[in-house]
Amino acid sequence: MHSVWKIICVILLFYTVIAGFLLPVPELPILNETIRNLYFHVTMWFVMITHMVISIVYSIRFLTNSQLRYDMKAEQYSQTGMVFGIAGLITGMIWAKFTWGAFWVNDTKLNGVAAAMLMYAAYFILRNATDDENKRAKLSAVYLVFAFPLMMAFIFILPRMTDSLHPGNGGNPAFGQYDLDNNMRMVFYPAIIAWTLLGLWITSIRIRIKNLWNETNLSE
Amino acid sequence: MVKKIDTENLCKIECNRHLNNFLDFCRMLSQIGLIIAKEWKLEWRNRSAIAGLSVYILSGLYISYLSFKKIADPATWNALFWILILFMAVNALAKSFMTESRGLQLFYYTFLNPQVVIIGKIIYNGVLLFVLGLLTLLFYTILLGNPVQDSFMFLITLLAGCFGISSVLTMISAIASRAGHQSSMMAILGFPVLLPLLIILIHLSKNAIDGIEFSVNVKYLTLILSLNLIVPALAFILFPYLWRE
Repeated sequence: MHSVWKIICVILLFYTVIAGFLLPVPELPILNETIRNLYFHVTMWFVMITHMVISIVYSIRFLTNSQLRYDMKAEQYSQTGMVFGIAGLITGMIWAKFTWGAFWVNDTKLNGVAAAMLMYAAYFILRNATDDENKRAKLSAVYLVFAFPLMMAFIFILPRMTDSLHPGNGGNPAFGQYDLDNNMRMVFYPAIIAWTLLGLWITSIRIRIKNLWNETNLSE
Repeated sequence: MVKKIDTENLCKIECNRHLNNFLDFCRMLSQIGLIIAKEWKLEWRNRSAIAGLSVYILSGLYISYLSFKKIADPATWNALFWILILFMAVNALAKSFMTESRGLQLFYYTFLNPQVVIIGKIIYNGVLLFVLGLLTLLFYTILLGNPVQDSFMFLITLLAGCFGISSVLTMISAIASRAGHQSSMMAILGFPVLLPLLIILIHLSKNAIDGIEFSVNVKYLTLILSLNLIVPALAFILFPYLWRE
């Protein structure tokens, strides 16, 4: 019974891909059919933010009661988050090439994502640089909790203050206002759920592998 | 009758509590003062560190002078200035926790709150960075000119920036010193966290260079001031976890 959400995830993923490519979309200049990338690009960020928030929660839980399993979970969630972040970057770059004419443009959202990726990379480097398990857990948890609010300021507050090519920022209309008609909503919202469930699924498997690995190493 | 005495007693207890809180606060402030004074004494006793930093700034400035000769574009002037400040800051604050011996740490641990130590260091480093920033600005102006139209705004930006950078890097320095590999760790951990701060700072100082009205800058100023409050608050909360080893 507890695997119902996995079945839902698979069904929704199939639905996202099939309906995402087949259902009608509004015909807009410049965007044309690339608007279908909405289901694959924007949803990646939802997954990344979800995983970032979960890893922060586990980091805080580790700091309050210093149990190493929380630290392990924080690491796994941030790893999956980074993978989805990279996927979001790649889909976004392809989309940008077709609509804005270049793979990378100077846009506040892109800068924010680049900074977030650098922060994650620094987090993993910090983890690898310290040998002692407890020390590593403590340092990386403190770093993540320290860096997170600044990242949030960067990703959520700054783009709303400056000009951006993305919809909904700097005077550009948001998707929700004009473009996202009901047909697209019918795919977009299930797509968010599908990808988020997929991310959580991947992480849960990785956590189980890590647990098994720890057990075998301890028993030897 | 009995009730009256009770309220009187309660009043006394309440007063005592407030007084104690106030005394604690005063003690904390005086301890922060002590930390700042001690940092300055150590710095002054061993002047080679600060002299080394000045030489670092001067040679960095001279390298940029030789490579640019003359900067016509204010945006480039601005960007180069903040890059110089950034590298100076990383170098200046890397030693913030490095120089402390095991014994001194133990001494702190026994007599002081961790919060006192981190706040004292953030304030001291902020002042140090601001002074070094002014020095950089002076020589930068001599070598490469100064297109700033609104100097007051520029100085305010520099002040806010120095305290923001100081509060981020002091905390990062504490993390890096616990992790070992000090100097490279500082840059790796510090730059991603500093990026949002720097973007706002560069925006603000560009506006100051162009002499744009103060009212336009208000939203950026409030953002940077709120970051200047949030980051030390985070350091205040998180530093005690680094403290105990």
